[in-house]
Amino acid sequence: MSHLLQQEVPLNLYLLLSAILFCLGVVGFLIKRNLITVFMSIELMLNGVNLSFVTFAHQWHAVKGQIFVFFVMMVAAAEAAVGLAIIIAVFRARATLAVDRIDLMKL
Amino acid sequence: MHLILFILFAAFCLAGAVNLLFQTHPINSALSLIVVMVSLAVLYLLLGAEFLAAAQVIVYAGAIMVLFTFVVMLLNAGREERTRGSRAYIVVGFPAVVILLAIAATVVLHINGLGGSAFGDSLSGAPGSTNLEQLSEVLFTKLLLPFEVTSVLILVAILGAVALARHTEPERTAGK
Amino acid sequence: MTILQFFLWSLLKVIVVTVVTLMSVAYTVLLERKLVGRIQNRWGPSRVGPFGLLQPLVDGAKSFLKEDIIPTAVYRPLYLLAPVIALSCALISVAVVPFGSPAINGPGGFHFFEISDINIGLLVILGITSIGVYGIALAGWSSNNKYSLLGSLRSSAQLVSYELALGLSLVGVVLRAQSLNLREIVESQAKHGLLSWNLFGGFQFVAFFIYLMAAYAETNRSPFDLPEAESELAAGYHTEYSSMKFAMFFMAEYANMITVGCVATLLFLGGWTSPFGSLLPEPHNIVLQALLPIFWFVLKVFSFLFLYVWVRGTLPRFRYDQLMNFGWRYLMPLAILNILATSLWLAYM
Repeated sequence: MSHLLQQEVPLNLYLLLSAILFCLGVVGFLIKRNLITVFMSIELMLNGVNLSFVTFAHQWHAVKGQIFVFFVMMVAAAEAAVGLAIIIAVFRARATLAVDRIDLMKL
Repeated sequence: MHLILFILFAAFCLAGAVNLLFQTHPINSALSLIVVMVSLAVLYLLLGAEFLAAAQVIVYAGAIMVLFTFVVMLLNAGREERTRGSRAYIVVGFPAVVILLAIAATVVLHINGLGGSAFGDSLSGAPGSTNLEQLSEVLFTKLLLPFEVTSVLILVAILGAVALARHTEPERTAGK
Repeated sequence: MTILQFFLWSLLKVIVVTVVTLMSVAYTVLLERKLVGRIQNRWGPSRVGPFGLLQPLVDGAKSFLKEDIIPTAVYRPLYLLAPVIALSCALISVAVVPFGSPAINGPGGFHFFEISDINIGLLVILGITSIGVYGIALAGWSSNNKYSLLGSLRSSAQLVSYELALGLSLVGVVLRAQSLNLREIVESQAKHGLLSWNLFGGFQFVAFFIYLMAAYAETNRSPFDLPEAESELAAGYHTEYSSMKFAMFFMAEYANMITVGCVATLLFLGGWTSPFGSLLPEPHNIVLQALLPIFWFVLKVFSFLFLYVWVRGTLPRFRYDQLMNFGWRYLMPLAILNILATSLWLAYM
């Protein structure tokens, strides 16, 4: 029991989790038909990549990995603000958020 | 202890991510994404990145996802529908991503010499310095320019969001 | 100590602190009712028990026994989840607050008077405040009611706007203490008693007033309580809630007040240090040495709550656009100027 409590986690598992999160984000981006959910899948992909950066920062004891994650978070915040404003503008023009109905420029 | 915490929060992460894909109403997807982000914050803590864990909760789960939740509540677009286009994407996209994941997993699981993370780990440095001190030492000296440029980027994003989401005045015709 | 012993002692601390916090929440309600009553030249609750001291118990029993009405058209999962989020976020923040002197500790440096000693304790409190917005936003939307939706949107926008001023006003204190650890921030104010508190000797009075106003807005209290004013929006985001769930929102509001008071005490008023500093000799009895810092801490939090209720009973409320204007155009630039002034002072003095 105490052996189980002292065990350390191999970093391969963190990288595997990061790859799975990224791939789930790609699947969401392709499959989902609501514009907001597609945008959320993009955020999921960014988070998967962040986890991978932090894992490598831990392995190499390099703080620049964590700084890059900090910058990714800031850029994701800016992107989310502008992207959601665009989604609101699209909703005002077409009154729907279904991806299949806003894929033509002229109705 | 570390292993138990990792398995628990990695399970929450995966459950949230899978739930995001299976839910039809966007508000449920948004809440699942919040669960993913908070569990990722715990995983950052396990890897010794305490400031990033706090930033993940404050910025991502506490601000960006609030923005998403607001937009879902205001637009109130309702549940998704299944169309012919979506079935095509499921048939083609899903296997492609599975192949991508298989390649990535094979590469990742066969790397040797990565080491592991144990309880109480932190980035090494001078023994007295915290993670926050190490981060700020680099951020405010060598990487000061990207830091300042990011603040300009956020200002531009604020202006852009306000300009895009504003109500435009209807034009008046002459002789009205 | 072994992991099991650590776990059991921590569980004991958590239980004691939670029970004390919940009792404080109940008696803060009584404090408010009596104090607002006295400001308005009437007695306040005085029938139940001596001086109305058993009133919170009776109120709690009433909340449990009322009929729980759930309207049919609400979105049930979020309707039931929202008060849980609000109350748990309000209670979690107490976990990083040190309420007694760390000079008295157990085997292996085990802290008796704080639940956890985190290096980024202040950021944890800010993070939990950010998560607390969800309780209000989800409650209003899931109630499927115009008044609730409008009230919750106004309230969430207010919370998000004043979070900025709140966080920025704390940066001055962090610059002076050079740490985000709440225990170290208090210890940096312990040298000369009253004069070394951040409010007086630390010259953070501007930051204190910004924090005060941002905290009133964060907890949705007068004069910033438009989102839940009865005459405006039919009780805002908790219109459709009854009995225990409404009681949870109510408790969450007062627990937030107590948390905000604890943070203000730790950062600006010197936490558990005594205002007399080294003028009074240290008591030799170890029980007294343990209890005296807790007494000072409770006294300071109580005075902060007194100020809260005093402001509520005295000032009229802001209109919503005046509120947002004030937060974005006055408080936030003032907080940034305070950071600038504090850093210039520290760099050249």
